[in-house]
Amino acid sequence: MATSAGLLTLPGRTFLHFLTYLGQLTALATELLIAVRSGVWRLKLVARQIVEIGYGSQAVVIVTGAFTGAVFTFQSYAKFKEFGFETTVGAVVSVALCRELGPVLAGLMVAGRVGAAMAADIGTMKVTEQVDALRVMGVHPVDYLVLPRFLAMMISMPFLVAESISFGLIASYMVTSFGYDMPSSWYLTHMIDHTNMEDLSIGMIKGFVFGMLITLISCHQGLSAENGAVGVGAGTTRAVVISSLVLLIVNFFLSILLNYAFPIGSV
Amino acid sequence: MAAAPSSMHPAVAQSASAETFIELRGIHKHFGNQEVLCGIDLKLYHGETLCVIGPSGEGKTVMIKHIIGLIQPDEGDIFVAGMHVNRLHEREMAPIRQKVSMLFQGAALFDRMTVEENVAFPLLESGVCDRNEIKQRVLEALTAVDLDDHLDKYPTSLSGGMRKRAGIARAIVARSECILYDEPNSGLDPIGSDIIDQMILRMQRRYGVTSIIVTHDMRSVFKIANRVAMLYRGKIHFLGTPAELEASPDPIVQDFINGHSNITG
Repeated sequence: MATSAGLLTLPGRTFLHFLTYLGQLTALATELLIAVRSGVWRLKLVARQIVEIGYGSQAVVIVTGAFTGAVFTFQSYAKFKEFGFETTVGAVVSVALCRELGPVLAGLMVAGRVGAAMAADIGTMKVTEQVDALRVMGVHPVDYLVLPRFLAMMISMPFLVAESISFGLIASYMVTSFGYDMPSSWYLTHMIDHTNMEDLSIGMIKGFVFGMLITLISCHQGLSAENGAVGVGAGTTRAVVISSLVLLIVNFFLSILLNYAFPIGSV
Repeated sequence: MAAAPSSMHPAVAQSASAETFIELRGIHKHFGNQEVLCGIDLKLYHGETLCVIGPSGEGKTVMIKHIIGLIQPDEGDIFVAGMHVNRLHEREMAPIRQKVSMLFQGAALFDRMTVEENVAFPLLESGVCDRNEIKQRVLEALTAVDLDDHLDKYPTSLSGGMRKRAGIARAIVARSECILYDEPNSGLDPIGSDIIDQMILRMQRRYGVTSIIVTHDMRSVFKIANRVAMLYRGKIHFLGTPAELEASPDPIVQDFINGHSNITG
């Protein structure tokens, strides 16, 4: 009896931790909603965050998108050629980049670069009492620290996803044109014929959702930081790991949902 | 209306407004299994300077953080200017935080802002828009702590004592009715410490500011306090004037003020 109770303790405790975590995220999201509705948006801080999040993440997103597009084309071209479908590579790569690879890879890169920075920045402020200092001066930490990051992420993420997709397509086009001597018109014609606004919209919507999740998860880790530098380090690691996992899981369900709204090949 | 404490500073004693400004009733606070505060009852009057002393780890900082709503008690009630602090939501605390400001132990300056921006922050956030007024008040606050030559420096390039003084300037710039100081003298040289003591006295005499000062510096206590509260084992062990503190026959009080550890070498 005691053993079976012991066996249930760990999963029970883990489940309770999970519910507590969800509750805390919901509370943060509620405060964020109150902050959005307050209309005090501190546009100067939003602009600074756009520079840090959007402008600062371009290199990493462009390189990731470009080389993913290139390697995807390189691998699929050889296989498609066996079936004589090599001219459809452009269409396949384009749809894959718009619907999945572009937003997911940009999201993962931003989770690593920006999510970590958010958690570390806010976490350091928390353990050095700077967050309490804000509260003492009548400034709600969510209004000052989370809202500007959230708005900046909302604005930056769709652009970063678009960049990731664009550079992926450019790299793919260059691989087929210069690497395999495929006439560029074939690539472009198939790509344009089989890619539509719905595919691009899915990428943008996903980027938007991923941006929200990364901000919420990372800022929560920062605001929950305790125990000095060790706590900030642990919170930063958790922010990246949780953001990345949640992003991949949410992407699956979002894909199913968005496929109902925008079925693939619906044109 | 409560009677004015007999020990009150002359400037305060003359004031007709010597009524209760802060009241703690039966405050209990646990952190895990450890009970840090075990039933704190305390009243602070308008314009009074109260020094809180006691061994490290006895909950002095925890107690003053309760006053401004940074920590919620497990039991008990806190009233500031008639407002029931522990019944308010975080977003409803603004009226209290306009009346009470705080200096943190580590100063808690914002790393991304210069000294000038740090000190101007409370003014900007409280809605002061006139740039000239902000500049003048920031300069006045920084001059009071002898930091007017360091406006453009970032906190990381300041010494510990200078950071503490910049934190004090930020706490006084909004001219709150009450200022909570968490170890304002720690890390300061004797001259720097005296500057802070004089500034606290000046704030009380000139603006009638109510102050609670958590400190271990007994010299400061005898210089600036109207009353002294000693925290020991989570309770107010002693409450009285500096003269009463000095004359107390209680061995715990005497050991603390004279720095006797009772550990033999």
